[in-house]
Amino acid sequence: MLELQNISFQVEEESSQKEILRNISLKIEDNQFVAVTGPNGGGKSTLVKVIAGIEKPTEGRILFDGTDITDMGITERARMGISYGFRQPVRFKGVTVLDLIRLAAGKNISTAGACGYLSEVGLCARDYINREVNASLSGGELKRIEIATIIARGTKMSVFDEPEAGIDLWSFHNLIQVFEKLHGQIAGSSILIISHQERILDIADQIIVIAGGSVAAQGPKDEILPELLKNDGAAGCKFYKEGF
Amino acid sequence: MDAIEKTLLEQIAGLHEIPTGAYNIRKNGETESRNVTANIDIVSKSDGSGIEIHVKPGTRHESVHVPVILSQSGLNEVVYNDFYIGEGADVVIIAGCGIHNSGCDNSRHDGIHRFFIERGAKVRYVEKHYGDGDGNGKRIMNPKTIVNMGPDSYMEMDSVQIKGVDSTDRITEAVLEEGARFVVTERLMTHGKQDAKSTFSVDLNGEGSSANVVSRSVARDESHQLFVSKIHGNSRCSGHSECDSIIMDDAKIGAVPEITANHPDAALIHEAAIGKIAGDQITKLMTLGLTEAEAEEQIVNGFLK
Repeated sequence: MLELQNISFQVEEESSQKEILRNISLKIEDNQFVAVTGPNGGGKSTLVKVIAGIEKPTEGRILFDGTDITDMGITERARMGISYGFRQPVRFKGVTVLDLIRLAAGKNISTAGACGYLSEVGLCARDYINREVNASLSGGELKRIEIATIIARGTKMSVFDEPEAGIDLWSFHNLIQVFEKLHGQIAGSSILIISHQERILDIADQIIVIAGGSVAAQGPKDEILPELLKNDGAAGCKFYKEGF
Repeated sequence: MDAIEKTLLEQIAGLHEIPTGAYNIRKNGETESRNVTANIDIVSKSDGSGIEIHVKPGTRHESVHVPVILSQSGLNEVVYNDFYIGEGADVVIIAGCGIHNSGCDNSRHDGIHRFFIERGAKVRYVEKHYGDGDGNGKRIMNPKTIVNMGPDSYMEMDSVQIKGVDSTDRITEAVLEEGARFVVTERLMTHGKQDAKSTFSVDLNGEGSSANVVSRSVARDESHQLFVSKIHGNSRCSGHSECDSIIMDDAKIGAVPEITANHPDAALIHEAAIGKIAGDQITKLMTLGLTEAEAEEQIVNGFLK
């Protein structure tokens, strides 16, 4: 279980403090698929960076399976079982897709094994496995490779920042299946996904709405999603306004 | 050959045993062993300054190993090796130099390799430089490669210097006739107080000739690198040079591109980039469970692969 206790995060901007996250408290139970949504600039990406250890909260504590991980770095958290999928995947000159998947798996898995992860995200493995993870790959291809690295890690907690961004509509259905499969794959594992897509929100157990740096709403999908979809054209206004 | 010498040989030529095919192994200034084949002849120059390698026209899928190892501290040598590649031949040449210096005197090897590649011949030339030993004496290598490429010939040059060479001043010159193609990949890493300079000068004289010179380097600690690339387009031709460097610690890197078109149909491009390892690359690998140092090592290894 992942627990955030009174998390705040401030940055200095033009000699004043800007509050990105305000006193956020959350619990992500085991076996849960949680979708985080909300308006742009609301603090969602910062929240998942705080979970992965990329940003350090200015206040509050983070507990993972009862252990206080607030002062732990990225590596330690990764080794404890937290994975983080980048919104904008990183490019590497010279590092191949196979290298990256092997690093993610944490062992020297076979080429066939690595190809399996690529196939899961809808990439024809033999076309990609020996390619460099560089600018020759499109945004959508990089995004799917990024998701494959998280699947290869197979950790207890997987956090994704807008995994659907850059993925074409044709592949979107496949992506939904990827997350559904990942959800059931590891006993006791949880998934937290930042998304704006109704179809991703629809497969979640829980939905959290983040707006203005705070939790504007939180609850089972069946409760939150209909509210978000009300007022066509102004989806979620109710929550978003409450958040400010 | 002792254990140190065997290590040098393995590092520079990937050899665990005596190679098959033609070879000439030079150790501490003398020929250690040599083998010739029906198609590839190796002869010593009459003045003792080096060797000549003659590959018969039409020779296919054969290899020549010409490694040099120096394990005796304080040895300085200049060696001239000439490679004559007959028309239509297709061969792999593996050269390289390994210096083990455990003494306090400088050890230096300056290898001057000249290639005369006839019409339609193909050469893959692999050159590795490596140094080790814990003495105070420097390990110095100044290789010079001069390539004369006949019509429609092809040469792929792959040079690697990853570890242990204190000072290097590398010069590569190529002259291309019509339809010839020259492809160079250079990988270089310097550390400590090492100093490396690499200069390429390519003359694209023939119609339809082309050159692609790619250098990837990493400079760590207080090392210094300078990459100079000159491509002269003297006819309808295409030339591309690329220098991509990662700078770390207190190192210094210079890139000096020079492209000159002496013909209206010469298409020449130069790209150069020097920068630190991107922070998000390290972050990504750390989210996979690597430490910062392990992440850095993976990025550098991949970059120089």
